[in-house]
Amino acid sequence: MTKETQNFTNKNLTGSQIVIEALRREDTEVVFGYPGGAIMNVYDEIYKQDHFQHILTKHEQAAVHAADAYARSSGKVGVAIVTSGPGFTNAVTGLATAYTDSIPMVVISGQVPTAVIGTDAFQEIDAVGISRSCTKHNFLVNDVKDLTRVMKIAFHIARSGRPGPVHIDLPKDVTADLAQFNYEQEFDLPTYKPTIKGNVRQIKAALEHISDAKRPLLYVGGGAVLSNCYQEIRDFAHQTKIPVVETLMARGIMRSDDELLFGMLGMHGEYAANMAMSQTDMIICLGARFDDRVTGRLDVFAKKAHVVHVDIDPASIAKIVKPNYPIVGDLAVVMKQILEHVKDFEFNDYSSWVDTLKGYQKEHPLTYHEDSDRLKPQWVIQRTGELLGDDALISTDVGQHQMWAAQFYPFNYPRQWMTSGGLGTMGVGLPYAMGVKRANPDKISVNFTGDGSIMMNIQEIITCTQYNLPHINIILNNNYLGMVRQWQTRFYEDRLSETILETQANFQMLCESMGGVGYKVHTKEEFDQALKDAVASNKTAIIEVIVERREEVLPMVPNGHALDEMLLLKKEGDK
Amino acid sequence: MNNFKDFYNSEEKREVLSVVVVNKESVLSRIVDLFSARGYNIDSLTVAPIPESEYSRITIITIGRARVIDQIVKQLNKLVPVLKVTEHKDVIEKDTVLIKIPIDQNLSDVDVIARAYNGQIQNVTADAIVVSATDEPVRIENFIKVIKKYNPIEIVRSGVVAMER
Repeated sequence: MTKETQNFTNKNLTGSQIVIEALRREDTEVVFGYPGGAIMNVYDEIYKQDHFQHILTKHEQAAVHAADAYARSSGKVGVAIVTSGPGFTNAVTGLATAYTDSIPMVVISGQVPTAVIGTDAFQEIDAVGISRSCTKHNFLVNDVKDLTRVMKIAFHIARSGRPGPVHIDLPKDVTADLAQFNYEQEFDLPTYKPTIKGNVRQIKAALEHISDAKRPLLYVGGGAVLSNCYQEIRDFAHQTKIPVVETLMARGIMRSDDELLFGMLGMHGEYAANMAMSQTDMIICLGARFDDRVTGRLDVFAKKAHVVHVDIDPASIAKIVKPNYPIVGDLAVVMKQILEHVKDFEFNDYSSWVDTLKGYQKEHPLTYHEDSDRLKPQWVIQRTGELLGDDALISTDVGQHQMWAAQFYPFNYPRQWMTSGGLGTMGVGLPYAMGVKRANPDKISVNFTGDGSIMMNIQEIITCTQYNLPHINIILNNNYLGMVRQWQTRFYEDRLSETILETQANFQMLCESMGGVGYKVHTKEEFDQALKDAVASNKTAIIEVIVERREEVLPMVPNGHALDEMLLLKKEGDK
Repeated sequence: MNNFKDFYNSEEKREVLSVVVVNKESVLSRIVDLFSARGYNIDSLTVAPIPESEYSRITIITIGRARVIDQIVKQLNKLVPVLKVTEHKDVIEKDTVLIKIPIDQNLSDVDVIARAYNGQIQNVTADAIVVSATDEPVRIENFIKVIKKYNPIEIVRSGVVAMER
């Protein structure tokens, strides 16, 4: 009998077989992971099956990040498997990163046998105790009879409501014990019922108020990406002509060239976007959460504005800003409800408000000066956008390069942009690019990174070589931990404490030693050539770009300042 | 920002919350972790199974401003094993205290005071007596204050249970 025709329903299976069969029924096509003592029974079953691919990373952290990026770029649930003790603790940063950005994932860890739990056995750690605060939910499975339920519920919780990572801790004896398997069974979950539909009366009242506003503003967040409703948001904006600003997590919801898009807002947001938020009289918050990097000084934030807040998580509403119109529901469903009723209202003419914002855009456009012998990091990103555009999916690490990428890459569709927004995890970039490539083999996967971040998971180049997951790492090398250096210069009188990276690897050789190709570029011509060669090589590439060392990310709202108190790029000439 | 002064700048107030949860291991630690992780206060916490059901009731007394209480309720509701969170407005609250007093104290006085707080002497040994009282938390605090005169060896409180009128 071939594996495809086997039907395990109502047969006795081992815990390990239950895991495999559950993953199969959840349409899992790839698992990222790393074996070890406590999880060996499961790995034995992985060996015997061919329903999904297993990708062995070099470090558990990268396995979880890759599964996270797979989920971000595909919208499916990412899956990672690790062993107990250190295997699990290495996975924690990955869980926390996904948790803060609400990414659906199921992470399974081995655990010591139930008989020795609590005895400080070899590679034992209280995994569910640790993961409790960085997962949406977690399970310690004490009895194999409970395993089918846990697997099914874990996937349901991960992808429904406000998505998030779910962790399953699996003692070794449970993976060997036998139980009946029936995945078609319904499992009641009376305590978990996310609200999907918005309250129609509230939606109408909000539309009434919006139609009457003078300077309304759509403030769009990562929830718009997670609920797959960019089209509805574009429709709503175009029908009403209300201008839009995006958070870091929402890049790509509007086309970069949309007349109504005034860019990213927040600490490193565009001047026009931050001015729009400061002057609007009606914030329409769609799946965003008024993060401190967005609001700046809170007591003076958007002083004149009324607020409509749509979010699937009631706890996000009124956490920071109390809205006049709270609407709990799945943004995709609520947007459809809004579009149904939008024709019932006569919206004001907002063209003079849009013109005001265009004026701000003209006054302080997002730009940089070509005033250095070295390449400007912003140019590198802009140029990559010109050359690759919509063909590339962009991952980043964390720091200056991340902000420049968010500002200067022309994002035109959602899930084109993978970045650790909430937790700000350095080292995600390379495993993200790997997971993105696995989910989107026909796209070019690019990781913008810095000379600091890239070293945190550099070992995964060899994984990408092994599994043929080519992608391009563009290192903007300024020999600094640039973002911290920028703060030290601005706020610590330029005392560069531990931010100078003088001793560096030879990135070309490093990449080539792991089966990739490496380039080091100093000029525009060299960069163009290297990028073309890297795409053509179909190998994992590092393009190390030597950039202006002291370039700053601007505009910048210093910590504790109001959103309209921005440090701006000086006009050319007035130095 | 819009004007919700009562929300942003309210006085701290005491709130009685009743949280119905699935009766399983680790649920209590999820609740307690939530309070410690987000810096919320717990004044009192009691937990016991609800008869003939798979649920337990946790009664929490907390203190916070309006927006903090709002967040506590929402964050509790967000936990997967939580069925229902009730913010009590008009409740009967009861707290029980057990107090051990040396035998050489004026026991008839202790007895009279205990009766005044709906209490009585529960146990007598060669060295000490144990009195108990069940009453509203404020009155129990008073009782403890008064009984301190009799050099109590040990005081144990149950925490508050509550029920909507």
